[in-house]
Amino acid sequence: MSNPVVSIDNLAKSYGSTIAVDDVTLEVFEGEIFGLIGPNGAGKTTTMECVEGLRKADRGTLSVLGLDPWREAAALQKRIGVQHQEAHLQKRIKVWEAIDLWSTLYSKVVDTNLLLQRLGLENKRNAWFMTLSGGQKQRLFIALALIHDPEVVFLDELTTGLDPQARRAIWELITDIRDRGKTVFLTTHLMEEAERLCDRVAIIEHGRVIEIGTPAELVEKHCPERTVVFTSDEAGVAERLNGLPNVKAVTSDGLQHSLNGQGTDFVTDVINAIASEKIRVTGFRTETPTLEDVFLRLTGHGIRD
Amino acid sequence: MLTGFLKLTWIEIKVFAREPMGLVGNLLIPVMVFLVVGRFVGTGRLDTMTLNPPPFNVPVLGALFIAIGSVFSLVAVITIYREGGILKRLRATPLSPVTILGAHVVVKLLFTVLALALLVLAGRQFFPGAIDVNMVSFTGALLLGTVSILSMGFLIASIVPTARFAGPITTAVLYPMLAISGLFFPVGQLPPPLQILTRFLPTTHATTLMLDIWNGGGWVASWVSVMALVLLFAFYTAISAKVFRWE
Repeated sequence: MSNPVVSIDNLAKSYGSTIAVDDVTLEVFEGEIFGLIGPNGAGKTTTMECVEGLRKADRGTLSVLGLDPWREAAALQKRIGVQHQEAHLQKRIKVWEAIDLWSTLYSKVVDTNLLLQRLGLENKRNAWFMTLSGGQKQRLFIALALIHDPEVVFLDELTTGLDPQARRAIWELITDIRDRGKTVFLTTHLMEEAERLCDRVAIIEHGRVIEIGTPAELVEKHCPERTVVFTSDEAGVAERLNGLPNVKAVTSDGLQHSLNGQGTDFVTDVINAIASEKIRVTGFRTETPTLEDVFLRLTGHGIRD
Repeated sequence: MLTGFLKLTWIEIKVFAREPMGLVGNLLIPVMVFLVVGRFVGTGRLDTMTLNPPPFNVPVLGALFIAIGSVFSLVAVITIYREGGILKRLRATPLSPVTILGAHVVVKLLFTVLALALLVLAGRQFFPGAIDVNMVSFTGALLLGTVSILSMGFLIASIVPTARFAGPITTAVLYPMLAISGLFFPVGQLPPPLQILTRFLPTTHATTLMLDIWNGGGWVASWVSVMALVLLFAFYTAISAKVFRWE
């Protein structure tokens, strides 16, 4: 990580009496995928739209590629690519027409044939926008966001409403963008997406950033507990493992036993103990907390509540 | 950015032409109104039909329907584009706001000319001799009137909450405007407050201008209507620019 490409300092934005963004401070560095995560209405889209120069912040300092997004919006739009939440195009515009229109708007344009091919849209060139599937529409919006080879790409709730297969395909595309040296700033309310895709995330709630870090760091910091679940038909298994250091609880349900504990060595310790006790194990898995658990712990409620 | 404007305009023309209902509404309905009303009340110049004069100028009614059809279509497009986030997406490109909205105005004016051409062809076919007017001058009058009424369309498009209300609200505004435009009875017969109101409505001045041109008058003689249409265009455009919502 090197220079901050996006820096947001004490951003606030209200609509009438509704506070959309209360206080957001964060930095996005060159070459990373940064995710702004939180429930609907947390202020993700407003934050992103202020950064894109589409909305004027009430308070705070914003800088994107060294530009003020509101005052230098025109210069900024040539260097960033955007995709909006639940966006549409003209129902009866053809894919190639949209690509062609966007191509004329920028001085430098990538090879659009190659772009369509990479996004799996080369067979849809003559299709009307309204006939595309959800995944194809989103891929077209990614194409439009990438057409001028932007330095930063902003993606707002990119995979909302897509089926798991289409979602995975989109994830690969985003990783590709990052691997070609671009910076990606995205929002999502899907914790799995954030965990799989993002190098770093900021958790936002009620318009405030409550935590920033890599997904692994956040899990380690807020949800260090691990659970090992195994099945064994031997008797007295729970008692034989109870004395292990770092074990907080052992519960047994018939042949299935769960050990709760914490620390990075916890799983290894359990495996070693099972081995040294020569317990015959017929099934074994570990349960690691996810960002979803982190969110639950930090906010006291699930992301979809 | 000229290429961007031309390309966007060309795309909007194609997109509009691909929508069957839009073509019916903008091209066929004015012609049908013209033909049906013409069949019932008669057509033609008042001075040549003294035995059974038509109660009002039917070709001008057809032309007003063309202008109003353009406004309906503009309001529908703008509200649908806004609701679908299309305006917002276009705005996040280097296209200027004037370019994005100007393309729609150009498209509407092109279809206005096309609809008038169809109306004239239908008139020559079904009411021979009825359409006897300087077509260049009359087309100019219709375009000026349409531009001025379209500026009100932008205002309506800014005010309507959702695309679903666009049609009913546009109807509620435009048809009464048409009724008191002076086409069916002189504006002087209206109660005084309504007479004042009509001066602020582009339909009134568009009707006057088209009737004057139809009756052989020239643009210089109609300078009051021309100025009124230009001023109302400036007035409504200025208000629209203040209250226009992109999302």
